[in-house]
Amino acid sequence: MSDPAIKVRLTRKHCRTLLHQMLRVRRFEEKCAELYTQEKIRGFLHLYIGEEAVATGVMQALGPEDAVVATYREHGHALLKGVSAEAIMAEMYGKQEGCSRGRGGSMHLFDAETRFYGGNAIVAGGLPIAVGLALADKLSGRKRVTACFFGEGAAAEGEFHESLNLAALWRLPVLFVCENNLYAMGTALDLSESETDIAAKAACYRMGAKTVDGMDVVAVEVAARRAVASLHETGAPQFLECRTYRFRAHSMYDPQLYRAKEEVEQWKERGPIRRFQEWALASGELHPEDVQEIEEEVAREVAEAVAFAEAGTFEPAEHLLQHVGAERRT
Amino acid sequence: MTLMTYREAVRRAIRKAMQADERVFLMGEDVGRYGGCYAVSQGLLEEFGPERIRDTPLSESAFTGAGIGAALGGIRPIVELMTCNFSLLSLDQIMNNAATIRHMSGGQFTVPVVIRMATGGGRQLAAQHSHSLEGWYAHIPGIRVLAPATVEDAAGMLGPALEDPDPVLIFENALLYNDTDDVEDLVEVDIDHGAIRREGADISLITYGGSLGKTLSAADALAAQGISAEVLDLRVLRPLDEAAILATVAKTRRCVIIDEGWRSGSLAAEIMARIIEGAFWTLDAPLSRVCSEEVPVPYARHLEEAALPSTDKIVIAALAVLGR
Amino acid sequence: MGTFVMPSLGADMAAGTLVEWLKQPGDAVEQGDIIAVVETDKGAIEVEVFEKGHIGELLVEAGNVVPVGTPLARIDGSEMAGEQSSIRPAQPEIKTAAPRVAPARQLVFPRGTGQGPRASPAARKHAAELGIDLATVKGSGPDGAIQLVDVERAERMRPEAVSDPGPDLSAMRRAIAAAMSRSKREIPHYYLTHRFDLSATLGWLDHYNAERPPPGRLLLGALQLKAVAVALKEFSEFNGFYSKEGFAASPDVHLGTAVAIRGGGLAAPCIRHADTLTLSELMESLRGLVTRTRRGQFRSSEIADATATVSSLGDRGVESLLPVIYPPQVSIVGFGSVMQQPWAVEEGPVVCPVITASLAGDHRANDGHRGALLLRRIEQLLSEPDKL
Repeated sequence: MSDPAIKVRLTRKHCRTLLHQMLRVRRFEEKCAELYTQEKIRGFLHLYIGEEAVATGVMQALGPEDAVVATYREHGHALLKGVSAEAIMAEMYGKQEGCSRGRGGSMHLFDAETRFYGGNAIVAGGLPIAVGLALADKLSGRKRVTACFFGEGAAAEGEFHESLNLAALWRLPVLFVCENNLYAMGTALDLSESETDIAAKAACYRMGAKTVDGMDVVAVEVAARRAVASLHETGAPQFLECRTYRFRAHSMYDPQLYRAKEEVEQWKERGPIRRFQEWALASGELHPEDVQEIEEEVAREVAEAVAFAEAGTFEPAEHLLQHVGAERRT
Repeated sequence: MTLMTYREAVRRAIRKAMQADERVFLMGEDVGRYGGCYAVSQGLLEEFGPERIRDTPLSESAFTGAGIGAALGGIRPIVELMTCNFSLLSLDQIMNNAATIRHMSGGQFTVPVVIRMATGGGRQLAAQHSHSLEGWYAHIPGIRVLAPATVEDAAGMLGPALEDPDPVLIFENALLYNDTDDVEDLVEVDIDHGAIRREGADISLITYGGSLGKTLSAADALAAQGISAEVLDLRVLRPLDEAAILATVAKTRRCVIIDEGWRSGSLAAEIMARIIEGAFWTLDAPLSRVCSEEVPVPYARHLEEAALPSTDKIVIAALAVLGR
Repeated sequence: MGTFVMPSLGADMAAGTLVEWLKQPGDAVEQGDIIAVVETDKGAIEVEVFEKGHIGELLVEAGNVVPVGTPLARIDGSEMAGEQSSIRPAQPEIKTAAPRVAPARQLVFPRGTGQGPRASPAARKHAAELGIDLATVKGSGPDGAIQLVDVERAERMRPEAVSDPGPDLSAMRRAIAAAMSRSKREIPHYYLTHRFDLSATLGWLDHYNAERPPPGRLLLGALQLKAVAVALKEFSEFNGFYSKEGFAASPDVHLGTAVAIRGGGLAAPCIRHADTLTLSELMESLRGLVTRTRRGQFRSSEIADATATVSSLGDRGVESLLPVIYPPQVSIVGFGSVMQQPWAVEEGPVVCPVITASLAGDHRANDGHRGALLLRRIEQLLSEPDKL
């Protein structure tokens, strides 16, 4: 926050926005976990709880014209990009009112209107797509950014390296956001990478690469704004490694044998919402009534999303073969 | 009408598409300065510049995925993969993204990408450059798979493929690049149907791509023995033109399928299954097929010839079906 | 008040073991608090409560395995009373409400006959439509398989009932001439005859037929064939072929049966494995054989490989016959017509139906002594028809 070029003005309104957005993601997903145990939501459910500061901070730097490519842990990204909680919840219920008509589920949220290019459930599979979206923008002369989120596990995939190289080589406007939560499912970073500094890998491809505290929403926002500004200025890609932590299991059915409870508790002490809320209250930017108001607002949104999903309808099975390819004249 | 090679036909098709629509561009390994591994894109770099004739690093997955992303972003990429053997490095992108995004997004996004690649053996390139994997791709819902076997199809399939809102894979059998024929300058062909390349009454020979020539030669040889063979060129491997398949079999009641892919789990197997499902009662003899032998394609010429379908093998198979 | 249930943590989790309660009745809980440990197939997982309140009654003791959705504890003083309806044991409703999978395409599996001549599906279908017996069609396909074109040809050639041309008599005459000349030239025949009472046999037959409609009835000929076939099985030197290498007995009995052709001539198509057929099966074969033979439509297998032959004069013949062996067979059994004749029994002379069986044997393969035993065995078999 010391870079004179870009500053985030932490007005009361902005503080409220940051807390509100993080809480939207948190409360929405807490509800998802509950609904999962009740078998309302099925399939895999990967929760972002603990990592909310990353998507919230980055999203502050993006506009509606910018694109987002995300992973299978993407409920928060979709919500923050502007996909309605209702459409996301209905999707997880498998209802046709869902943002992917019930064809995608938790891992494959899509929304054309907000340029949300999915939930991609192949690790690193979204990176080439982001490169291509940026290539299309470049060849079409459009000044837009494609933000691509992925975990640190992606750094082990060839597509990570190929995509970073391609984006840098062709100077494509991609903001690569690595959400380094230290575990690729259950494999710790230092058990899978010889070089655990992911930003250093990105720097090898001669792109701007920064590491930021992913538990600090303001720090993430500042870094993202700087990266996006640079992107607009140079057209070349930027890389942001956000060091964060997943508070919950990889997916619901995970006894977390691979990490110590103490470690989880230590990270929770630094929880992004708790930390920001405490700071905002202490600094007087927000008052307890504000927090109360935000919580109520969020609870309403979540309740409405659940009601919407409950009231949603299942697509008739006769429609099964739709959306495979265009209807063709034959 | 212009006399041209298959290679020139593909090049003309690319040029025509790029002239007609500035969103169209070509990318792939060595498509620019080298002129294309099979010289298909020779001269295009000079004409269209490096932005639109885009050399890529040897990153099949990333540049195929970038083609998919670019198509999502509203432009019209033609991705060239040097051979289908290398396409396996981008199989993740083709299978998990190109073929699924329309469906996973509930129809919101489409992926109008065209991916071209060379396929097939017969050039003593051994086991990493000679395989025919189009049958694998034909397994995947969500993509269209084309196999132009004639100069006309090579010239005429790319345009409609680029207009298709969904991913289209074009398999060009590398042995065909030097084939020559007279073709209409502005030819466009349909990419939905198979084509009867020769009418016949006694037996149907169903094939596609690089095996069409061998099959037509076999039909000639059979004619010399008084056997009238009908030759169906599938042209489109996905979705299969089942109506054309069933129609020719219903007509001749006997069928040999010629497929350069390996026999087990082959496209030929799928065609046989469709015939059994749809034309069982019209059959007069067991179905038969000529596929590649189940061996990685070897280097030595005589061994490679033994491994691939040949005119002789087709004739023998046809005669056996006819009980001769 | 809410209910804390065994949570579903994955689609493949049907039940869990409640390993430990981390909270006790009366403890305050916040939403998200871990209150129990559940052992699953994947390991122990700490499970959370989704509402705020106090733990009420614990409904399941640690150590129990319970299905997903089972209430484990009551949560008192829940502040989320309004949402209680969504916190409840898993409702089956979601499953029943789920869209049913569209019915699979109706597949009709045609029932194959699994027997009979090899014929293409198209040929079978067409033959069935035309009512043509595929057995009467000669195949031109691979290994003689019958194809559609063969059925079509058979349809064109189909003999009309009235203008049945029958077999080619002159060719048949030539064939008989050749076979019989060879027989008399090469085979040293010997002859035995044996006359016996047929009362028991005919009595049984009348009784049997009285209970049945005409198509189910037996003729004496079927009994004769069965008796001869069973006897031949026991007297193997009479059943088989004589060639340059000498006699070779056949393990199976394929019984040729001489059938007179209207207009002259005869043929001896065979019934394969005659000794293994029931009387009604034999009768059915015999009927078909006679019909087809008189039309000239015997199957190649019916001509080729008879291992011995029976020649029966039926009821309009004479008392006895001395038949000629059909080479390369080595025996032929003849039956004269049944005659009402005086017959001596212990009580004195009676009139009863009598038949004369005869045997022509090839002396290169068998002898008269065994031949006599063979004829006696036939008599015995015929006298106990219920055992045939």
